[in-house]
Amino acid sequence: MATTAAPPATGKLVGKRLRRKEDPRLITGTATYVDDIKLPGMHHACIVRSPYAAARIKSIDAKAALETPGVVAVYTGADTKEVGPVPCGASLPGLRVPHHYILATDRVYFVGHPVAVVVAGDKYVARDAADSIEVDYDVLPAAADPEKALTPGAPAVHPEWPDNTAFTYHQEGGDIAQAFAEADVIVKQRITSQRLIPTPMETRGVVADWKPGDKALTLYSSTQIPHLLRSLVAGMLGLAENKTRVVTPEVGGGFGCKLNVYAEEALMSFVSMKLGKPVKWIESRRENYVATIHGRGHVDYLEIAAKKDGTILGLKLKLIQDLGAYHQLLTPVIPTLSVLMMPGLYRFRNVTADIVGVFTNCVPTDAYRGAGRPEATHAIERMVDMLAAELKLDPADIRLKNFIQPEEFPFATATGLTYDSGQYDLPLRKALEIGGYAALRAEQQTARVAGKLMGIGIATYGEICAFGPSPATPAGGWESATVKVDPDGKVTVLTGSCHHGQGEETTFAQIAADELGIGLDDVVVFRGDTAIVQYGIGTFGSRGTAVGGPALYYALQNLKKKLKRYGESALGSDDVRYEAGQCICNKTGKTASLAQLAGASYRALKLPPDEEPGMQTTFFWEPPNFTFPFGAHLVVTEIDRDTGRIEIKRYVAVDDCGKIINPLIVDGQVHGGVAQGLGQALYEQVVYDDNGQLLSGELTDYAIPKATMMPWVESHHTETPSPVNPLGVKGVGEAGTIGCSPAVVNSVVDALSSLGVRHLDMPLTPEKIWNVIQQGARA
Amino acid sequence: MIPHSFDYAAATSFADALEQVAAGAKPLSGGMSLIPMMKLRLAAPERVVDLGRIQGLNYIHQDQAGIHVGALATHFEVETSALLRAGCPLLSETAGWIGDVQIRNRGTIGGSVAHADPSADYPAALVALDARIVVASKRGGERTVGANDFFVDALTTAAEPDELVKEIIVPVETMGTSYQKLLQPASGFAIVGVAARIGQDGHGRLGVTGLGARPILITDATDLAALNTTEANSDIHAASAYRREMAKVYARRAIAAARARA
Amino acid sequence: MKRTITVTINGETRSDEIEARLLLIHYLREVVGLTGAHIGCETSLCGACTVELDGKAVKSCTMFAVQANGRSLTTIEGLAKNGELHPVQEAFWNEHGLQCGFCTPGMIMASKQLLERNPNPSEGEIRHGIEGNLCRCTGYQHIVNAVRTAAERMK
Repeated sequence: MATTAAPPATGKLVGKRLRRKEDPRLITGTATYVDDIKLPGMHHACIVRSPYAAARIKSIDAKAALETPGVVAVYTGADTKEVGPVPCGASLPGLRVPHHYILATDRVYFVGHPVAVVVAGDKYVARDAADSIEVDYDVLPAAADPEKALTPGAPAVHPEWPDNTAFTYHQEGGDIAQAFAEADVIVKQRITSQRLIPTPMETRGVVADWKPGDKALTLYSSTQIPHLLRSLVAGMLGLAENKTRVVTPEVGGGFGCKLNVYAEEALMSFVSMKLGKPVKWIESRRENYVATIHGRGHVDYLEIAAKKDGTILGLKLKLIQDLGAYHQLLTPVIPTLSVLMMPGLYRFRNVTADIVGVFTNCVPTDAYRGAGRPEATHAIERMVDMLAAELKLDPADIRLKNFIQPEEFPFATATGLTYDSGQYDLPLRKALEIGGYAALRAEQQTARVAGKLMGIGIATYGEICAFGPSPATPAGGWESATVKVDPDGKVTVLTGSCHHGQGEETTFAQIAADELGIGLDDVVVFRGDTAIVQYGIGTFGSRGTAVGGPALYYALQNLKKKLKRYGESALGSDDVRYEAGQCICNKTGKTASLAQLAGASYRALKLPPDEEPGMQTTFFWEPPNFTFPFGAHLVVTEIDRDTGRIEIKRYVAVDDCGKIINPLIVDGQVHGGVAQGLGQALYEQVVYDDNGQLLSGELTDYAIPKATMMPWVESHHTETPSPVNPLGVKGVGEAGTIGCSPAVVNSVVDALSSLGVRHLDMPLTPEKIWNVIQQGARA
Repeated sequence: MIPHSFDYAAATSFADALEQVAAGAKPLSGGMSLIPMMKLRLAAPERVVDLGRIQGLNYIHQDQAGIHVGALATHFEVETSALLRAGCPLLSETAGWIGDVQIRNRGTIGGSVAHADPSADYPAALVALDARIVVASKRGGERTVGANDFFVDALTTAAEPDELVKEIIVPVETMGTSYQKLLQPASGFAIVGVAARIGQDGHGRLGVTGLGARPILITDATDLAALNTTEANSDIHAASAYRREMAKVYARRAIAAARARA
Repeated sequence: MKRTITVTINGETRSDEIEARLLLIHYLREVVGLTGAHIGCETSLCGACTVELDGKAVKSCTMFAVQANGRSLTTIEGLAKNGELHPVQEAFWNEHGLQCGFCTPGMIMASKQLLERNPNPSEGEIRHGIEGNLCRCTGYQHIVNAVRTAAERMK
């Protein structure tokens, strides 16, 4: 087991396995999350939510609540109509966008839809009063299943659009008709990627603080995107952005679900503005499950065409996306990312895809770890395995045969992407070697003879990371960094990224310390306060280090130029270099330290020609392309015939995320990603009944993995630098999730293939497997 | 997350607790079932009597009648009691399967038994053990109910509203025992749990939890036919057919493990 | 109706007037001002609120503060002594046993309990010992490493 030590004071830090700078406050219980904020005069809000998936609101009686001692206000949809709608950032042609009021007005559209808000000085009082609000509903039939919602006569989620279709989207590349005409074999399959609940351990929470004297709002929110949130909430409330400050305290996990702008963020701002008092709202877990976005929700119909030798010719996809009742920030965009990812790591250039976005009376879906790419990868990797089975080819061989080769990069895909760099066979070969693939296959033969159900599953994946070039993203896709050297020579980095557990307080300090030749402890990395940090985009889509990192790198280069100019001035020479925390005169060997240079820049007695005082640079970096990490996961399973229980005997993950800044943190990202992929593969599923009631509405019924449910992950890497950015990094936040679910399902299907099983949809619960085994035994 | 208001009093003695319960107070023991229900506002007692300060009611001792486990013995105490591990290992083993460490530190056997959750672990062991449950009230004093009669229905026991569980008496074990549990992965409760007490000859008895509204006693472990006919629970975690089949699978496993220890 | 409770928290005894229904976690976080323990669910599953009551790890969301009257509590804030981290804290730091940190105070308290009862746990015993604490970030592997190295340190 690797044990880390406290980092050395200086030295080459990038690439080192270092413990994190942010941890001391987190392990001592002294970090500040949003629920830890206490402001003078702060009030508490409790939200009344719809218990029905579809209903007309006939009346709301808040009299008893308003008479409750301690209650200062109750607001309903009638009060908040003027607040702008919850924003949808997508702009697909013909997209139907329902007006998403922050509180329901005449109708509710999903269980959990906010209907009223109660505000009191004490949160216990607010909760009591919320119970006393009587809402009279006229309950309507609901559409909870996306495929049923598309059938004629299904209840209309939004009465104005009786077909429940929010949009259709078509994309194609190459010549799909010819590809299928030339094919020796065509494999078809319906594959689902079930709805999931992101479940960060910290739910959402907001403190809104309106300062009447300044007519200015400070909004504390557990978000991944403080600046975008500021722009959008200011717009909803008609505030100037310079009078709107968003502060992101410690964030207890996001996984995409905090890459959003929610009704509650505007609602608390509205309430604080009305009352002139700070107001706090903290989401309960039950609320989190009905009010924060869900992920996935795909039904995919796929057809893959290939030659007898396994050469893949083309892929057809019909994708039904369960959108839920509304578009949140990126809801309709997510399935389009699946389409982009369709070719996977393979060379074929003929694809066609049709998306139908379907409204349902359910919580909106949106970005959840991987956001469209796990769904796509899962589908492709299942299809490739089914194709291999059909052609009686080894699943490793068919992948190796179809991979894009290293010399083909940059590689233009049929979906319009340009893959940056790759050695796709390397992680697969490494996984096969570490797993002992040949021996495993032999062991499987023996196991089968003994009547055991042993499976070996492989999945290779590519992903689109570093979101992204601005033209390809709904908001800007760049990132920003400021580097400041204070007069004492200590360095502060302000990043527009908004890490929330990914460790950039450490990795960015590693980058800055190396570039400036100083110690890790000489650097402070700060993020998440729009009043302090220059505009930024945020942390999502594996972009923190892959876009925020290069922005920092370039800011550091400019800073070093500036330091050098001050060095020339201080040392009276134009032959000066910056090295190891000081400027050195190449002729005399005389030096000026970083502190001396910074001090001189602020004292400003001897400014270099045409140079400003002060030691600070800011860089906004626009990435020229996405990055495309890749990898291979190998999973060995054994199935208990009696119970259907799946045991994971081995889990080998080989991920290539480009250059690695801190291997300890990268391993953590992979492990966590695998846990979420495994959650989808084996345990997690959102269950709505036909009336749109959420049956998996608590942690007692929605199974995120516990420590006892996780296998040991053998995490390994290959390192193929990205040419897209100067650090060579690609991003790793989503890799584990994307690689995991197809590898696990491929393994289980492999185990059950002797029973004639060719596909199973997730989650692979013991009951599902047991039923399959029973059918196999009967057949 | 926030319960309704209630009046609270800590019982100073078991007699005091009986008095307060007779006056309508809801007993609070470890609180592992009651408090979550109160937080979700599925339970809203007006008065709560806290049993947690009653001295000495967490005893575990042995006499000719068997091993007496006081109602306030925590699951952790039952799990780790040397006396039970030696004299009634089935109860200790079963306790170790309840919830998690923190739950076992607080939850009590009396509270769990009185709550009678159809997915709880103890009922399987208690019916298999033919345990006797001593209940008491101010009105009627103490009486003893056999475990198989005690569990009446889901969340319903033979105890009257003014009665409290005082202790559980389990026999000193003479057979091999085992508790085998299929966990509901989210909650950790039993989809099915089977407690077996089996002799070297393979005969013995079983208690099954999770399958129906109340635990099922099988007095002849060689005949599992009763599991085919029992009405089986069905929910999003396990349909009745699977649950019934798993009851049989786990019964066979429990029998084998118990017999190996006989 | 309010009542007064007296509790010793991290070695300091204090009295407060509280409602009977006040949950221990709310008492700690909002009355006492110790915000290290967190709230991640309302069904006693996540363990983010874990503190020690008379030496036993408990979920402070599933207790009323009145139940702690007269008892002694240790929270995450009380683990480090004189600026020295507890070996379990140190191990979580060294082994990257946390990412977002939200579950961490509870996870550390549960790990401490585990090692007090079983100083030399196997991987399976570690996983079993922390099954009352959910983490969505780490996949638990670095937490397992942390508990192992803490066990070594504490020998």
